[in-house]
Amino acid sequence: MFRNQYDTDVTTFSPHGRIFQMEYAMEAVKQGAATVGLCSCTHAVLVASNKPASELSSFQRKVFRVADHVGVAFSGLTADGRVLTKFLRNECINHAFVYEAQLPVSRLALRLADKAQVCTQRSWKRPYGVGLLVAGLDETGPHLYYNCPSGNYFEYQAFAIGSRSQAAKTFLERKFEGFNKYTPEQLIKDALSAIKETLQGEKLTSSNCTVAIVGRIEDGTAEPFQVVDTKRIQAIIDSMEAAEEAPAEPSSMQEEDKGSDAAPMDI
Amino acid sequence: MASDTGASYGSTLRYKSVERIKAVGKHSLIGASGEFSDFQEILRYLDELTLSDHMWDDGNSLGPKEIHSYLTRVMYNRRNKFDPLWNSLVLGGVKKGPKGEEKYLGMVSMIGTHFEENHIATGFGNHLAIPILRAEWREDMTFEEAVKLVEKCLLVLLYRDRSSINKFQIAKITTEGATIYPPYSLKTYWGFSHFENPAQGAVGSW
Repeated sequence: MFRNQYDTDVTTFSPHGRIFQMEYAMEAVKQGAATVGLCSCTHAVLVASNKPASELSSFQRKVFRVADHVGVAFSGLTADGRVLTKFLRNECINHAFVYEAQLPVSRLALRLADKAQVCTQRSWKRPYGVGLLVAGLDETGPHLYYNCPSGNYFEYQAFAIGSRSQAAKTFLERKFEGFNKYTPEQLIKDALSAIKETLQGEKLTSSNCTVAIVGRIEDGTAEPFQVVDTKRIQAIIDSMEAAEEAPAEPSSMQEEDKGSDAAPMDI
Repeated sequence: MASDTGASYGSTLRYKSVERIKAVGKHSLIGASGEFSDFQEILRYLDELTLSDHMWDDGNSLGPKEIHSYLTRVMYNRRNKFDPLWNSLVLGGVKKGPKGEEKYLGMVSMIGTHFEENHIATGFGNHLAIPILRAEWREDMTFEEAVKLVEKCLLVLLYRDRSSINKFQIAKITTEGATIYPPYSLKTYWGFSHFENPAQGAVGSW
């Protein structure tokens, strides 16, 4: 994307009908650390990869609980994400106060999208530079939404955003058809595998990813949105690696074949 | 839910075919006593609410608990402004939740007092009907048994509440939907011997 005379503010269209400031905002999302979300018919999982700003600092927190039944993970300008999380929490609390019930996830996603749209149509504002994956549970089941800085939002079975997310998306595209029947454990495993694709060779450990899950178990009880404990994540990662190493020789041959046939990974 | 179909204007029984129980959304019934025009206003609020909920068309719908909560907020806020909606509202409904069918019955008063119970009554019903319901209500009653019990209460109220009339409506809500039955009357008995010549044993100056 190159600089041009139509990209100064968000209230200017280009002759081809594009609003460049909005597209630049979406670029900001692509530069952030990767985040992945998946849904089955009982649970929704969010995984964020944790990138510390420097070796000395802690990593930026990107997964937040919005209400008992909803949480978000975001990529991009994380400060914008924090502010939007506060907004989402407020919306859920207000709804719960008046109706004593949980705000359905689709309606929450819409309110967020409407708020984002306002910023694309005011000359004195700028779009939010963060893409949010909203995962939640309501009476129609678990849902995953992706909210764009443009004000658009879509429901997904699985999605990945942020840098090197195309690798994760490719992985998810291969496997998403089976997600509905997954157990929560399998869902977390595949989410971790997807995030692993974005790490480009770096080792996946429980300290460089955050996993959160929300869903409903068989007897109808809801499991609230919560970040999964690091010990459990490390145990799952270890079991994933053990499963990979187990069929040692045949798999090393297969990997070489896969290497030449696989689509080039988008960076 | 049952009510009579009368609406008074002070001590005059002005309107005798008034429907005081209405269906709200897909899962609830609302019954009211008190100022009828305020009830009509409340129905308008509920209309707006259920309409926008319906327009979402997203599989979610407002259940009786949500509507009860909403009405509580409305009534309480009006009370705080010293401009109450002068009603006692009864909210009942059935909604399928993740753990099966959930029945709900609650009430909201004009000052915003609200609670959930297995038997609710307004006005004189609190004094005359609730004791009967407490004694004879069971969790596993059939619809016919419930109607009989409710008719027993209505009859007592007809005899003893001077603002009631002998024209009632029963309303039922299940997961299939709401049914408001056509009005009907109860048989009353006035043939007590004391009513025949009421002044007979009276002690008076003339």
